[in-house]
Amino acid sequence: MNTSISRRRLLRGTLGGCAISVGVPFLDCFLDGHGEALADGSPVPTRFGTWFWGLGMNKKIFVPKKTGPDFDLPEEIESLKPVQKHLNLFTNYRVLTDGRTNFCHTTGWIGLRCGTAPRTRGDLPKPSLDVLVSDAIGNGTRFRSLELAATGGIRDSYSFRSGDAINPPMNSATKFYQRVFGAEFQDPNNPNFKPDPRVMVRKSVLSAVKDQRDDLMKTLGTSDKARLDQYYTAIRELEGRLELQLQKPAPAEACVLPGAAPKELAEGEFAEVVKERHKAMTDLLVLAVACNQTRVINMVYSMSFANTVRTGFPQTHHLITHEEIEDHELGYQVQNSWYLRRAMEAWAYFVGAFANYREGNATLLDRMLIYAHSDQEYAKVHSIDGIPMFTAGTANGKLKTGLHIDGQGEPGTRVGYTVQKVLGMNPSSWGTDSMETNKEVSEILA
Amino acid sequence: MKKILFVGLGVLAVAAAGGVYWTMKPPAEPPVAGGPPTARLISNDQYHNAVSYIFGSDIAISVKFPPMARTDGLVALGAAQAQITNSALELYDQAAREIAAQVTSQAHRDYLLNCAPAQAPDEACAKNILARYGRLLFRRALTDVEMADFLAKTRESIAATGDFYAGIATGLSGLMISPQFIFLIEETEPDPKSSGKLRLAGSSVATRLSLLLWDAPPDDELLAAAENGELYTEKGIAAQVDRMLVSPRLEKGVRSFFTDMMIFEKFDTLTKDPVIYPAFTSKVAGDAMEETLLTLIDHLIVRNEDYRDIFTTRRTFINGDLGMIYRIPVQRPQAWQPYEFAPDSGRAGILTQLSFLSVYSHPGRSSPTIRGKGLREVFLCQIVPPPPPDVDFSGFEAAATTAKSMRERLEMHRTNPTCAGCHKITDPIGLSFENFDGSGAYRTTENGYEIDASGDLGGVEFKDAIGLGQAMHDDPSSASCVVNRLFDYGRGYKTQPDDYDWLHHLDQEFAESGYRLPALLKSIATSQAFYAVSPPIDQPVETADAAH
Repeated sequence: MNTSISRRRLLRGTLGGCAISVGVPFLDCFLDGHGEALADGSPVPTRFGTWFWGLGMNKKIFVPKKTGPDFDLPEEIESLKPVQKHLNLFTNYRVLTDGRTNFCHTTGWIGLRCGTAPRTRGDLPKPSLDVLVSDAIGNGTRFRSLELAATGGIRDSYSFRSGDAINPPMNSATKFYQRVFGAEFQDPNNPNFKPDPRVMVRKSVLSAVKDQRDDLMKTLGTSDKARLDQYYTAIRELEGRLELQLQKPAPAEACVLPGAAPKELAEGEFAEVVKERHKAMTDLLVLAVACNQTRVINMVYSMSFANTVRTGFPQTHHLITHEEIEDHELGYQVQNSWYLRRAMEAWAYFVGAFANYREGNATLLDRMLIYAHSDQEYAKVHSIDGIPMFTAGTANGKLKTGLHIDGQGEPGTRVGYTVQKVLGMNPSSWGTDSMETNKEVSEILA
Repeated sequence: MKKILFVGLGVLAVAAAGGVYWTMKPPAEPPVAGGPPTARLISNDQYHNAVSYIFGSDIAISVKFPPMARTDGLVALGAAQAQITNSALELYDQAAREIAAQVTSQAHRDYLLNCAPAQAPDEACAKNILARYGRLLFRRALTDVEMADFLAKTRESIAATGDFYAGIATGLSGLMISPQFIFLIEETEPDPKSSGKLRLAGSSVATRLSLLLWDAPPDDELLAAAENGELYTEKGIAAQVDRMLVSPRLEKGVRSFFTDMMIFEKFDTLTKDPVIYPAFTSKVAGDAMEETLLTLIDHLIVRNEDYRDIFTTRRTFINGDLGMIYRIPVQRPQAWQPYEFAPDSGRAGILTQLSFLSVYSHPGRSSPTIRGKGLREVFLCQIVPPPPPDVDFSGFEAAATTAKSMRERLEMHRTNPTCAGCHKITDPIGLSFENFDGSGAYRTTENGYEIDASGDLGGVEFKDAIGLGQAMHDDPSSASCVVNRLFDYGRGYKTQPDDYDWLHHLDQEFAESGYRLPALLKSIATSQAFYAVSPPIDQPVETADAAH
């Protein structure tokens, strides 16, 4: 049974035979006359997302021959055709280690997500890019960020402030539904808002929790103080979110409520199950963004050591990348490519889900910037030169899209730096050592 | 002759009394400086164990907290570094509210709350409840300031909702989201017996002890002993250790330790290809883990037998689903039942059980390299280096197409100098498990060819996995490994070179006890080394002299 929730299905008013409630769009009354700003004159906020897939690409059938606009789509990425105009593809950017070990399946993605190559295995040297972004734009919504793992793994997250502070992912669409659209969800378009006294009480008791801070802190060493500080930061964040729940939420003109929680899917990382899980999560994620529950989202399609399995094959995707012989005639790993094509289909679905969702006179994707990347260029040999990256969305018109950019060996941090500039964070530079950059990818700036 | 004896699991009562433990401390315990006090984040299991003890086992917790990083071989060591992110705090908040709502529900309030409001708001009753549960949750009595704060919030909540029990729920959930509950913060104080030194406060002694033996915060009796100053004496500690070692709660503690040591979180994501291994379902994965835990509890606690025999014993527990893969007829397939593998079954010891064999394999085939690596890292506490990033796989590819067996496929590991360095310490061990496929099922041939399962461990040669189990039994490193892991697990931080004399001493005590785990637990729990503590980093030492 198809349990995905498209807006069209919702608006038809049926979902698995259950009655559903459909928020009637408030439409343009919340936007200015052009649908480009909120009625109070403030700009429509740009939302940020990340999307990760493991094990890179087969360069021969992934990297377009043509750069710039209207680039060709080789067979490994031909599924991107419907969303090509919304994407930028970045190839031939490097992760530079400054002589440090290239830790298999970790140095590459850490370099692109933290701006710094790790010094040891397991080292997460800086906060992930999405955490920097959520610090800047994540306040003011119910969730500072939402993390999803289409793998189903409870550890599968690339969002972290440090190695000991990893944002836990939601690993099932059912749980995700309950967290976002469960009992504590407040319909932003419900005209009958009443503050819930229970929320008031919840917020109040947190002040008693905070009152003990000084007494606890004075007994701790430096590192434990930092850990408790992080705890109290989280308490303040929770207070802020409860405060938001006590106020009438700002209307979200595109918000449509999902009807019923999607059913739990089978466990495991069989490609078919991962596809369904990713689709169910994406459908809900679109509604979470449209209903202004968060401005930062993170999706993991597969991990760097991808354990994705194809029914009837004895190895995982990761093992295949190392054991499969390149086809002499075709010149690439055929089995490996099967998995990478499934990843690109999922990426196309993710982008398309936001691109097809209207918000005023634009789409959600028009008001988003999504950054996608992998961990290796060619997983077989753990190459980190040329790890493929994408952006999707125009970030409220600040970016051009539909371009293939050849990085010509420049540090891959230039894309992450551009992301931060476009989102108004204005860092003087990003990255460390040879990965430090203060240069945007100017070709994509509108 | 295979023989199945049906017994309920109820017989797994802990049998520990009867003078099987040390009754006196051996002399000459090497001195240990101890590390700084820790502030471990409460684990998922510890949280559940705490709630189950404090409020009852029928209190449901729907939340699973984020996993912590495995550090130096144990998640327990990662707990001392783990932080709570904004997203994670949401889960602790949800759990606290769920539990508080159940405790104050009509179904539970009469027997969980030690008073009922004479008239709302009954402040004395509220204070009574907060004092009772605050002490168990914070592992010490609430301070006057804490009590005043949480009582005030309870009062506010009663006023806002007009419901006494809603107010109590607010107070309880506040306690449960407090760092004093979810961080196991150790407190120190000047040691009156040793000028200039610190000692753990009694409540922290109780917590460290309770985490080691029960993987749970202290119970009422242990807290009372701490409050009465009994845990500052060897006699007082020994009395509590004796009591705790014969408690049924010891089983949970031992399960938690081995679940951590054996990296059983791997079962969270273990799946096998249903086409290649149709009998290996997700239920089988969970049952395989349980089989090993039942074997360990039965062997080490119920029977109190030699730890080293876990690598050689043919006794195990099975049910119908496991019987499918073991190819053993099971009369009552829904129930667990003890079973002894036949001498000619090819199986002996936990390394030949499905748990080890299936976790350390690929979804659709065995992996000698992963099995060898897993054995060395988990049971011998050794570190196998990761592969270099620039491996040349060309030789392996050729073998993959022509090799008749896994042994031939891995020949390149032995002959290629880049690979040989590491693979010579994994593959000869792992190849001895080749009589078991990726699901753990026994086989004698691969692709029609008879399997050669010979191997060696540290120069000791054997012809199959049973021989490897005997080699593990005889290797002093396997006993030292569990000693080292258990000591680290209990203290919450990794042993340092200064601790090596103490560890050697502990190895000897373990050997002298006949490698009995309860004796080892007692050696650790009654030692001074286990509770030794140094000042927090960057904190000045307040000496006993100065304190007076």
